[in-house]
Amino acid sequence: MPYNCIVLVKQVPDTAHISGKAMKDDGTVNRAALPAIFNPEDLNALEMALQVKDQYGGQVTVLTMGPARAADVLRDALYRGADRVILLSDRKFAGSDTLATSYALKCAVEHIGAYDLVFCGRQAIDGDTAQVGPQVAEKLGIPQITYAETVQSLQDGEITVQRAFPRGKETVRCALPCLLTVVGTANQPRPPSVRRMIASKLAATPLEYPALLKQWPEFETVEALDRYLAERDQKIPVWTVADIGADEENLGLDGSPTKVWKVDYVVLETKESRTVPTTQEGVSALVNELIQGHIL
Amino acid sequence: MNRDKEVWIFVEQEEGEIAAVSLELLSKGRELAERLDSRVCALLFGHDIAYLSEQVIEYGADVVLLADHPELASYRTLPYAKVVIDLVRARQPYILLLGATPTGRDLAPRIASAARAGLTADCTDLQIGEYRKKDRVYHDLLYQIRPAFGGNVIATIVNPDMHPQLATVREGVMRMAQPDRTRKGEVERVETQFDARDLALQVVKREMQPLCCDLKGASIVVAGGSGVGSKENFQLVFDLAQTLGGQVGATRAAVDAGYVSQEHQVGQTGITVRPRLYIACGISGTVQHRAGMDQSSKIIAINSDPDAPIFQIAHYKIVGDLNEVIPWMIRAYHENAK
Repeated sequence: MPYNCIVLVKQVPDTAHISGKAMKDDGTVNRAALPAIFNPEDLNALEMALQVKDQYGGQVTVLTMGPARAADVLRDALYRGADRVILLSDRKFAGSDTLATSYALKCAVEHIGAYDLVFCGRQAIDGDTAQVGPQVAEKLGIPQITYAETVQSLQDGEITVQRAFPRGKETVRCALPCLLTVVGTANQPRPPSVRRMIASKLAATPLEYPALLKQWPEFETVEALDRYLAERDQKIPVWTVADIGADEENLGLDGSPTKVWKVDYVVLETKESRTVPTTQEGVSALVNELIQGHIL
Repeated sequence: MNRDKEVWIFVEQEEGEIAAVSLELLSKGRELAERLDSRVCALLFGHDIAYLSEQVIEYGADVVLLADHPELASYRTLPYAKVVIDLVRARQPYILLLGATPTGRDLAPRIASAARAGLTADCTDLQIGEYRKKDRVYHDLLYQIRPAFGGNVIATIVNPDMHPQLATVREGVMRMAQPDRTRKGEVERVETQFDARDLALQVVKREMQPLCCDLKGASIVVAGGSGVGSKENFQLVFDLAQTLGGQVGATRAAVDAGYVSQEHQVGQTGITVRPRLYIACGISGTVQHRAGMDQSSKIIAINSDPDAPIFQIAHYKIVGDLNEVIPWMIRAYHENAK
């Protein structure tokens, strides 16, 4: 029996590989200099959805919310095997915290239509909150299976999943539809396929049309380019707040209960180590420093 | 007493054992409630676990909201979320704190979404303070402090309007107070009913290590090697771990010498750990041991041999006798910790 799968993904700054170039002179991080990548555990979520499709049939739809350049992760998803991709993009989403983001994603998922399974990565490396998945599940009114590692079976409207924690494993059975958040140990994501890259080589969102027109002057107007891409099934749709019927009050800064009051940069230390004086005072100063730095 | 500013703590228990982080949160909750002139309410869920109320009160609760039901015997998202959400809607707590364990991180966002409240994950500190937005001044807000952006910044988050102020807190960062056997509190039973939708998920199988030996997920590990010298002396390692709220690790040599049992072994043939802080006491630092701990965020090495290989990967080197240095650390922690 085929299953309709929706995968929620995020483009994130590559916080795990902060190189010298991404550091400012004062030792703080220069966000602009960090490459934007496909959130690693979202690739595991996509792979899990593709494996469900390989085994049982169905459709895999990938949805992301972000600025125009987030189309990069959608193209990547197409190259790896997604059937359909959608970019959720609107200035009104800007400043959304996890609650507002989950509301936007819930509206978009409902706008996609019928689904059996929603997959997300366990957490994104830029915030590590692991909140959006469960919040989307709550708003959709469906059960959630967090820390999902293996889909053991899918039958009779039920899914059996093994969950993985630092302290052990748990196997659960759950009625469909439900939402899974997937851990990094779940699988080895398949690489982009050359055949699919060729098939989707023109894939673009309307937000990218101005740049494309400069590249391809033979298309004189946006309309002509749009028609050309749409006819070849290369147009990535962009959905706005109005498209998904979301209530603006619940979005952006207004819809976000949490406010970042202040941010203190941690000055990254060099790799070399420090010798602590072998005295009560030296050890005491170290302990105090670790307490101040929230390490102890 | 200010009933409008209640501090609620979700107490995580498994098979009658309360998670250490919940006891740490009761201690922290006590401190916040005193600051707010309010009281601490503990949410204690499970089946046949009423006897745990006493321990929860000793660690700081004024009121225990006890939900005792067969469907709550082991943690599942929907029945647990239903009970918490109903209580939050009915009584509107000011603050609700959960441990940032897999359970807390599964449950908290579900509550936040249903209650339309802000949630901050993985806090490493909580304070009470003032917040100004335009002309408005908010008093007694919860500062939710956490590392962000891959640990490169420390962010302070507030949730001024949409309460409860919800946060999950990392294990081992709040100091656990000594239980006070003379404390008194009240236990209030919460009636619960579940429908089929709440029970859409069943647990088929569960294979978990007990809560007490969570070395793999520990945020602080204090480990000892052959340099500790004897089984009796290994007590120093346990003392430091207990003081800092950490877990005890060991090298294979220390295990083989009988200083400590095998489940503490860190390294290639033992457990791999990635704590926020790893304190290596009397450990030379063989390749095999380093394979199990070199991903630790910060490493302190204490060794009397200045050429010990462990110093090559340590962020803080202390060349000296651990019999002196460990007691210094314990004393310094007691003096400096809040």
